[in-house]
Amino acid sequence: MPMTITEKILAAHAGKEQVVPGELINARVDFVLGNDITAPVAIKEFEKIGVPDVFDRERVTLVPDHFTPNKDIKSAEQAMLVKQFSKKHNLANYFEVGRMGIEHCLLPEQGLVGPGDLVTGADSHTCTYGALGAFSTGVGSTDLAAAMALGETWLKVPESIKFEFAGVLKPWVGGKDLILYTIGDIGVDGALYQAMEFTGPAIENLSMDGRFTMCNMAIEAGGKNGIIAPDEITRTYVEGRCKRSYQFYQSDPDAKYDKVIHYDASRIEPQVAFPHLPENSRPVSEAGNVEIDQVVIGSCTNGRIEDLREAAKLLQGRKVHKNVRMVIFPGTQEIYLQALREGLIEIFVESGGAVSTPTCGPCLGGHMGILAKGERAVATTNRNFVGRMGHPESEVYLANPAVAAASAILGRIAGPGEVE
Amino acid sequence: MELLQGKTWKFGADVDTDAIIPARYLNTSDPAELAKHCMEDADPAFPARVKPGDVIVAGKNFGCGSSREHAPIAIKAAGVSCVIAKTFARIFYRNAFNIGLPIFESPEAAEGISEGDVVTVDAGTGTITNNTTGKKYRATPVPPFMQQIIAAGGLINYVAERMKK
Repeated sequence: MPMTITEKILAAHAGKEQVVPGELINARVDFVLGNDITAPVAIKEFEKIGVPDVFDRERVTLVPDHFTPNKDIKSAEQAMLVKQFSKKHNLANYFEVGRMGIEHCLLPEQGLVGPGDLVTGADSHTCTYGALGAFSTGVGSTDLAAAMALGETWLKVPESIKFEFAGVLKPWVGGKDLILYTIGDIGVDGALYQAMEFTGPAIENLSMDGRFTMCNMAIEAGGKNGIIAPDEITRTYVEGRCKRSYQFYQSDPDAKYDKVIHYDASRIEPQVAFPHLPENSRPVSEAGNVEIDQVVIGSCTNGRIEDLREAAKLLQGRKVHKNVRMVIFPGTQEIYLQALREGLIEIFVESGGAVSTPTCGPCLGGHMGILAKGERAVATTNRNFVGRMGHPESEVYLANPAVAAASAILGRIAGPGEVE
Repeated sequence: MELLQGKTWKFGADVDTDAIIPARYLNTSDPAELAKHCMEDADPAFPARVKPGDVIVAGKNFGCGSSREHAPIAIKAAGVSCVIAKTFARIFYRNAFNIGLPIFESPEAAEGISEGDVVTVDAGTGTITNNTTGKKYRATPVPPFMQQIIAAGGLINYVAERMKK
């Protein structure tokens, strides 16, 4: 029977010839992860199971990236728990601040996850790795604890929705715009429990960084996973990088989908998602006059080198508006260093922006850029829920790095075309 | 199986995990601390006024957003006996079962129950009775495998038993 890429990966990890949507399977996991917020709960649960060790010290990683560099004493204690557990179980990978990056930028970069993998992580944006052609999904802390002990997890095989993006993208349009447009179309539960498979010429021509951005936000449509079939762009990215062997899976041409949705990507403009749901997206040209107080560029969604290059292109030789604070978060130390070598950091600082060490910080209202009552931010992050970046009466507008940079310059939500 | 009974608190669609427990309180995983801020950004009065046994009734996609297990933990520690919603976001759905917070999917109950109604839920059969109006609803059945997790007393007990074999 024909299968989708998601079904093939799940079948392979369940030791089955084939699986069908709705089927419950026990699947082997290739890699599991947690962070300084979810891991402390997972560690407590893991210890209740009563096994001496994790299933494989090479395949469990706890990344202290959310409230680090530690923002207060309680956060420091949570990060310490993560460090102690990593030491006690001799985990092959532990990333202390200075080597640490935002987990979903860091793990692919370090070659710890790859095509064909089955990954579960106690972080909802674990779906990011679907960009590599992996099945990757977010779970809670207790599920992480069970997977750390067993090396397997139970999953319900999802139905798949196929999204076909035809056409060539307009200037300044990227993965962020395609995914915001998609969520705007199907809604924040439009893919509830389902696999979102992104296909078509616009995806085939999308860079690896753009693909990560798209799959990262599958969860914002309720999706179980986002996935893109691996190709030469994927191969170039993973070759010499992946620490384990990997496998390329493709959907069969006659695989069954719950639905197939076609978009003409050449008509999609840079998008802005208005408060307080990612589905409230509209073209930036229809944003109206929205004055802003803060711009955040970074996160697991848009903290990669291409994102920084895009922002720098507009910020070069220009200044951040006097009423705006702009904070930039490279996703990893390697991305930071690359940005430094390319002169991007200099551009950001000269424009009047603040550049931070990698952290999830402001994206979830943790630290390093919290909004006061009534303040508004344009952010390249993934969620604009009530209170997401600070005060419950503050507002977050989601956009791509170019829109964020243009908005920083003009002090209001603006398209890149307005400053070019 | 037990009967869950309480007064209902009604919320709308797409209640996200930041509304259930804002990230500014996630520097601890202590259930009692989390309970103090449960649903705070959706209804600031909730943490102080919720009573043991009370029931949350909500629209579609309850618990969307973050994977934080602190969300069902906060609800459970606040004394809420169960959550009834039109639909649940998938990570929240798993988390609730894993930590032992009873949840029931019933679009009809989510529509038909009004704020302040007293409801009784038979966790075994999934029958929801609105004591205020006398109406009865049936929740979507829980998959057999998840019933095994519930019977074992949560995922960790289930896994611990499996590891012993």
